[in-house]
Amino acid sequence: MENKKKPVPNKSLTDRIWALFASVKLAVVIFTLIAMTSIVGTIVEQNADPEKNIKILAKFFGDSAAVPVYNILNKLGFMDMYHSWWFVAFLLAFAANLIICSIDRLPRIWKLVKEPIHPLSADLLEKTSIRRSLPVKAKPAQAKELVRSAMKQIGFTPQEAAGGEAGDRGDQLFAEKGNYSRLGVYITHLSILVILAGAIIGLFFGFNGFLNLPEGETSSVAYKDQGKEIPLGFELRCDNFEVSYYGESDMPKAYKSWLSVYENGKKVMEKAIVVNDPLTYKGITFYQSSFGMVPNTTGKGTIILKIKAPGGQSQDIQAKVGDSFVIPGTSVQGQITDFSPALSLDASGKPFTYDTQLKNPAVFIKFSGPGMNASGWILKRFPQTWALSDGSRVEFLDYWGVEYTGLQVRKDPGVGIVYLGCIAMAIGLFMSFFMSHRRIWVAVSEDKGGSKITIGASAHRNRAAFENRVDKLVALIGGSPKGGNQ
Amino acid sequence: MTSSIFFGWATIAYILAMILYIGYLAFRSKGVGLAATGVTIAGFVSQTAALLLRWKEFAEIGNMGILRGIPLTNLYESLIFFVWCLILAYLVIEFKYKTRSFGAFITPVAALVLAFIDISGMSKNIQPLVPALQSNWLLAHVMMSFISYSMFAVSFSTGLMYLIATTEDRKEPAYIFWTVMLSVFVVVLSAMGLDYLTFKMSVKGQEELIKSYLFKASFRSDSPATAGASYAVAAAFTFVVWRFGGLLRKVITGFNISAEILDEITYKSIAMGFPIFTLGGLIFGAIWADQAWGKYWTWDPKETWSLITWFFYAFYLHGRLMRGWRGKKVAMVAVLGFIAVIFTYLGVNLLLSGLHSYGSE
Ligand code: HEM
Repeated sequence: MENKKKPVPNKSLTDRIWALFASVKLAVVIFTLIAMTSIVGTIVEQNADPEKNIKILAKFFGDSAAVPVYNILNKLGFMDMYHSWWFVAFLLAFAANLIICSIDRLPRIWKLVKEPIHPLSADLLEKTSIRRSLPVKAKPAQAKELVRSAMKQIGFTPQEAAGGEAGDRGDQLFAEKGNYSRLGVYITHLSILVILAGAIIGLFFGFNGFLNLPEGETSSVAYKDQGKEIPLGFELRCDNFEVSYYGESDMPKAYKSWLSVYENGKKVMEKAIVVNDPLTYKGITFYQSSFGMVPNTTGKGTIILKIKAPGGQSQDIQAKVGDSFVIPGTSVQGQITDFSPALSLDASGKPFTYDTQLKNPAVFIKFSGPGMNASGWILKRFPQTWALSDGSRVEFLDYWGVEYTGLQVRKDPGVGIVYLGCIAMAIGLFMSFFMSHRRIWVAVSEDKGGSKITIGASAHRNRAAFENRVDKLVALIGGSPKGGNQ
Repeated sequence: MTSSIFFGWATIAYILAMILYIGYLAFRSKGVGLAATGVTIAGFVSQTAALLLRWKEFAEIGNMGILRGIPLTNLYESLIFFVWCLILAYLVIEFKYKTRSFGAFITPVAALVLAFIDISGMSKNIQPLVPALQSNWLLAHVMMSFISYSMFAVSFSTGLMYLIATTEDRKEPAYIFWTVMLSVFVVVLSAMGLDYLTFKMSVKGQEELIKSYLFKASFRSDSPATAGASYAVAAAFTFVVWRFGGLLRKVITGFNISAEILDEITYKSIAMGFPIFTLGGLIFGAIWADQAWGKYWTWDPKETWSLITWFFYAFYLHGRLMRGWRGKKVAMVAVLGFIAVIFTYLGVNLLLSGLHSYGSE
C-alpha cells in the first residue's frame, strides 16, 4: 500500500527525493508520460522525410499551420522521439523509480518471505482474514491427528506447537505455502531493468545493417543505413537464391538463400536460410529480408539445365542465351534462343513477359537432329514442359547469377539479456498473479467432552480461492463451520 | 466453404442474444434470461464448429500441417477468434457468478465486432501464408493476444457497469465519463448498423473499403445534412443518457450484483489478461519480429500501441495501490485501457500504417 506519510517539515531534500522515487504515484505519472508521448510518435512517422510528416500534420491542423507545427515538433525531438533526450530521461526516471521502489520495500517483503511461520496467540487468530470454528466429537489427541491428515490432504504439512500462554486454545497446527510468491512482483520489476539493460548493451555494442548479396558473390562487409561499411571479420558468399510459390500462383511461399561462410579462404559454415530461420556466425546474424534483381543483368544469367537422354544418361550443363548443347548419347542438338524472366500467355495464346522479376523463368529452345525438329518454351516452375517428344527430358533447374538476396545483418550482444529478462518477467508475472502466500493455523482444544477446532487462515492475494480450500479442510475434518471473514 | 454457414448462424445467434439480454435486463423475466443463455450457447457451439471446419480447410489448402494451419492469419479470422474467446469468457462468468446481467454488456461487444466484419466486407477468403507469417511464434502470439483482448473486453464491460452502479451525481466526472463512453459505444454500433443496412448489397470489396465505407451512411455521409443530423442525433442521445443515466443505475443495482463483484471481475479479468498479454502479445511478438526481421523492437506503430495498452493496464494495477484511486478512478482506467486495445488492433491497421499490417507484408 502507498504509505501516505506527509513529508515531515524537517525531512531532508534527499529523503523527499527518495520518497518521490519510491512512490507508486510517480510510477503512474511516468506510465502516462511514456504512453501519451508515444501516441504522438505513432502518428508522425519517425525518421521520415519532412514532407511526409507535414502532409500528415496538415490533416490535423490544416495546410497553413502544418509547417509551423512541424517545426515545433521537430525542435522538441518528436521526429525521432524514441531517441530524444527527454524520452531517454523518462526511461531513466522509470528505471530509477523501479530500483528505488524495490530497495525501499524489499527488506520488508524479504522478512515476510524468510520469517518462518509462528503459532498465533488467541487474539491474533481472531484477526486472521479467514476464520472458521467447529466442534468434533473426538478427544483433542485424536482430533489433532484428524486435523493433521486433513491438512495434508489440502496440501499443507503442519508443524505443531503446544498451547500458547493463553492456554484456552489448546495445541496448534500451522503451516504455510507459497511464501516465495511474494517476490513475484519484484522479479517482474527487476525483469524490466534487465530488459532495459539488454537493450542498452545492444545499442552500444551491436549494430544493425544490411547486405544485398548477388548470387555467386562474396562480401566481407555489411552496410549501415547511411551506406557506411561495417567489417564482418569473415566472408559471406551467396551460393544460390530461390523463391518458391504456392501452386501455380505468384504468391510466394518461401524465400531461401544458400549461404556459406569463409574464413581465410576456407569454408567454415553453410546454411540455407529462410525468413524465420537465420544464420548466425560469430555473433553476427543474417536474416532473409528481401531480394531483387541485380541491375543490368537482364538476360545475362547462367541457365542451368539437366539433360536426360531416353537411354538414361544425363548431364548437367550451364549455358547462356545463344548457346547450344547435344543430348547425350544422341545427335539431337538444342539451341537456347530466348529467355523470359516471367512468361505468361496473353488472351490469344501468345507468350509474353509480364514482370522483370524472376517470377516464372522460361527458356526457348530449338531442337534439331535426326527425327527431331521441335521448339518451345521450357519453364522452370512447370515440369510438364520438360518432357520432349522423343522421350528425353530437359529440366530447367535454375537461372543463376542475376538475383541478389537482401539480408538484414545484426550483431546484438544484448539480445540474450533481453530474452533472460523476458523469461524472468513471465515467471514473475505468473508468481504474482497465479500464486499466493497462504498461511493457516488450526487450534485444537478440549470442549464439552469432545474438541473445539478453531481455524484461522490468510492469503496475500486471491483470498476467495483459499477460502474454498479452507472450507474443504473443514469438510474433511467433518462438521459444519461457524466463522467469518473480514 | 461450409464453415461460413455456421458462422452465419453464430452471428445471428449473438445478435439475437444481445437483444434477449437487453430484454432480460429491462423486464427481468426468467424465461427471457434462459432463452438468452440458450441462444448464446447455441451460437457458441455453432461458432466452435465453424472454427474447426475452417481450421481443417485452411490446413488442407496451405498444406502446412495442423499447427501452422490454425486460422488466425488475417483481420477477419482474428476478430472471429476474439468473439469466440469473449463469449467463452462470458459463459464462464455467467455460470460462476450465477448472474445474467453482464450479458447485456458483453454480447453487444460481440455483435459490434461481427457487424464490423460484415459491413467492412473484409476478405473472408482463405489465403496461404506469406513467408513472414510462417512461424509458430506467430501462432502463439496472435492466439494469446486475442485471449487477453477478450479478458480486457470483459473488464471494459464490468468496469463500465461498475461506474454506472456507483455514480449518481450528474456533475461527477465519473458519471459524465461513463455516459459519454456508453453513448459513443451505442452510437458507433448504430452507425455501423446503418452502414450495414445501406451498403450491404453494394460493397463486396477488400479491406480498403473500410476506409471509404465506414460511417458513410451517417457521420461521413456525402450529404452535409445527413452528416450534420447524425452528429445532432449522437449529441442528443448522449444528452438523454446523461440526463436519465440514473435509470440505468437502478436497473443494474436492481439485480443482485454488487459494485464489489463488478470491481472484482474487472480486476480478475485484468489480472488474467495482463500476464497473457505481456507474454503472448509483447514477448512472443518481439521474439517473432526478432526471428523474422532481426529486430525485437522497432517502435513501429503496432508495437508502440501494444506498449501503450500495456502501460494503461499497468496503470490500472498500480492505481489500485494508491489511496483515493481504488474504485471509480481505476474503473475509468480499465475502460480507457480497452479503447487502447481497440486502437492497437484496428486503429493502427486502418488509420496508421505499420510494419505488420496483416496480409500486406
Ligand atoms: C511497466 C512497468 C511495471 C510493470 C509491468 C509492473 C508490474 C507490476 C505488477 C504485475 C504488480 C502486481 C499488481 C497486483 O498485485 O495487482 C506490481 C505491483 C507493484 N508495483 Fe509494479 N510494475 C511496473 C512498474 C512499477 C514501478 C515503476 C514502480 C515504482 C514505484 C512499481 C511499484 C509497484 C509496487 C509498490 C507494487 C505492489 C507490490 C506489492 O503488492 O507488494 N511498479 N507491479
